Amino acid sequence: MTDHMTREELLRRGVAGASILSIPGLLAACGGSSSSQSAATTTSAKQVPHNIHFSNWTLYLDIDEKTKTYPTLVKFEKHYGVNVKYTEDINDNPSFFAKIKPQLSSGESTGRDIIVMTDNSPYPALLVEKGWVEKLDKAAIPNIKNLRSSQRHPAWDPNREYSLPWQSGMTGIASNTSLTGKPLTSMDELLENPKYKGRVTLLNEMADTMTPVILANGDDPAKVTEQVFNAALNRIKKAVGSGQIRQFTGNDYSGPLAKGDLAAAVAWSGDVVQLNLDNPHLVWNVPDAGGEIWTDNMLIPNGGDVYTASLLMNWYYRPDIAAAVADYVNYISPVEGAKEVLQKSDPKAANNPLIFPPDETLNSVHVFEPSQLNNPDYLSKWNALVTA
Amino acid sequence: MGFFHRHRWLTPYALLAPGTLWLVVFFVVPLGFLGYQSLEENNPVELTSSFSWAWHNYSDAISTYHTQFVRSLEYAGLATLIALVVSYPLAYFIAFRGGQWKNLLLLLIVAPFFVTYLIRTLAWQNILADNGVVVGFLRDIHVLSANGRVLQTGTAVVAGITYNFLPFMALPLYVSLEQIDSHLLEAAEDLYASKLHAFLRVTLPLSLPGVFAGTLLTFIPAAGDFINAQLLGSPRNHMIGNVIQSRFLNLNDYPEAAALSFILMAAILVGVLVYARTLGTERLTG
Repeated sequence: MTDHMTREELLRRGVAGASILSIPGLLAACGGSSSSQSAATTTSAKQVPHNIHFSNWTLYLDIDEKTKTYPTLVKFEKHYGVNVKYTEDINDNPSFFAKIKPQLSSGESTGRDIIVMTDNSPYPALLVEKGWVEKLDKAAIPNIKNLRSSQRHPAWDPNREYSLPWQSGMTGIASNTSLTGKPLTSMDELLENPKYKGRVTLLNEMADTMTPVILANGDDPAKVTEQVFNAALNRIKKAVGSGQIRQFTGNDYSGPLAKGDLAAAVAWSGDVVQLNLDNPHLVWNVPDAGGEIWTDNMLIPNGGDVYTASLLMNWYYRPDIAAAVADYVNYISPVEGAKEVLQKSDPKAANNPLIFPPDETLNSVHVFEPSQLNNPDYLSKWNALVTA
Repeated sequence: MGFFHRHRWLTPYALLAPGTLWLVVFFVVPLGFLGYQSLEENNPVELTSSFSWAWHNYSDAISTYHTQFVRSLEYAGLATLIALVVSYPLAYFIAFRGGQWKNLLLLLIVAPFFVTYLIRTLAWQNILADNGVVVGFLRDIHVLSANGRVLQTGTAVVAGITYNFLPFMALPLYVSLEQIDSHLLEAAEDLYASKLHAFLRVTLPLSLPGVFAGTLLTFIPAAGDFINAQLLGSPRNHMIGNVIQSRFLNLNDYPEAAALSFILMAAILVGVLVYARTLGTERLTG
């Protein structure tokens, strides 16, 4: 009509614009649900490797610092002609589980094909119990014969139908000797020495922190009674209240530790070795009274590509590949034969007590009573402490 | 004759319909669902919850977390106050003395928002690092003891919240200051008012709508914030936002988290109503 827009024209154009803008959203919603269905049908129909998404913790795969690629992963990609999207987006078990729980509980795909969760949290057992993880394609994993006998029958997955260990590790004390003088070896020092006030962190997962403290109290973490739990909890509570504990962290203690903000931290065994590249004054030990041992497990969440994920797991159970990974990450390898490979290629690594712990070290590390990992009362009390 | 021409009384409702529909679908319905969820009984072992008029969620929430509630309101209030004190001269300068640079200066205020909230807060971890420039300087001038630190204290959390919400205070203040007719100030000076007197009697009261809007836009989101407390604070500085997040994500306790959210909403609503009454809404809406 004229230059002015009439009300009718505005309404008409508005409706047209709104419907056009909502098309991408509708497409995404439809596309998402159909792709998860197609993933499930493809794996049973054809055994063709597809591109996959591997979610893992930080500092957990060998990396070439210059090219920022992962050598063993690149070799896998070339061998099978697939693309692996490797993301280090797991910082701690509870928050990662919270991220994937909504999709898993409503039957949708999480977009990931392999995830890695620790057995000192209730989540691996929970995932298996609720049927939220796929069974491994054992036909594609002949190297499963290389799995150490001690790892073959965990209580929560007795026949290793849903999981395979990625690495095992120990929880102990990392200290910055330029700030502490000598390496800290006692939880008492960490929790009560005022010299380190405000420069100590603890791990935010219940089993990781409670196990060393329970041991420092002289109790047995294999039997966590209410009394044992409360004694350890109250000790930590006092340390938090006095300002001794700076923060509860997940894997994110590594930054402040390397930077020098922390004098000491309850930390995982392999991390310190990689952090030594940034800060040569960091050392790690098992606490005097004992530390904790745990195993990280690879799992395939529902909707993941079972065949390709199984191929990847099989790849990392080759002794030479496992040796390359263990040599870099400095965690305990679950693969039999890796030590022999390293003895020839890197003897120092073969004798590294962090990768292949001697019996005396293995006897000084313990596990938190598995049946109590999901105790709602304990979890609630722990959570109240960590969020103070 | 069109339908709406014959039924003219329908037109306003038809125009309101899209907005109302949006509010109903994206606000009222989720709020109702959240309320329903807050009265559910949580089963942590099975990861399910069932409706059972569980009012104890509310009483448990208040009894367990009243410290964090009070702390959140304290931190948010402090941050709002500091933001007001810092933003007012800033907005005043831009409005009255900005001249041709007004747009550039406003852009500079908003520029940090081009970087996402989380990254900006992480940057503060570096700025306030124990071995950083800021802490080193504070130690040199003896504001901090030799071992003193700023990170993981309440100070760092309040500083982070103030920084992150400053534009929400500065921009409404600027808008209301800019609208003040300079002739009014001239008139005040003609009537023998000193510059300070003119400011207090003319500019300040006329800028109150901006102050009201700015404080609301800053205080309300700040009270529910959890990123600053998580990254810059210690467990002793955790706010109610952290509690809700951990209840929701770590414990998968949706009913309790929903109850906490409602209590926070109610507390803020009451606070805002009291605030509006005290200030006097007639003056604020001009």
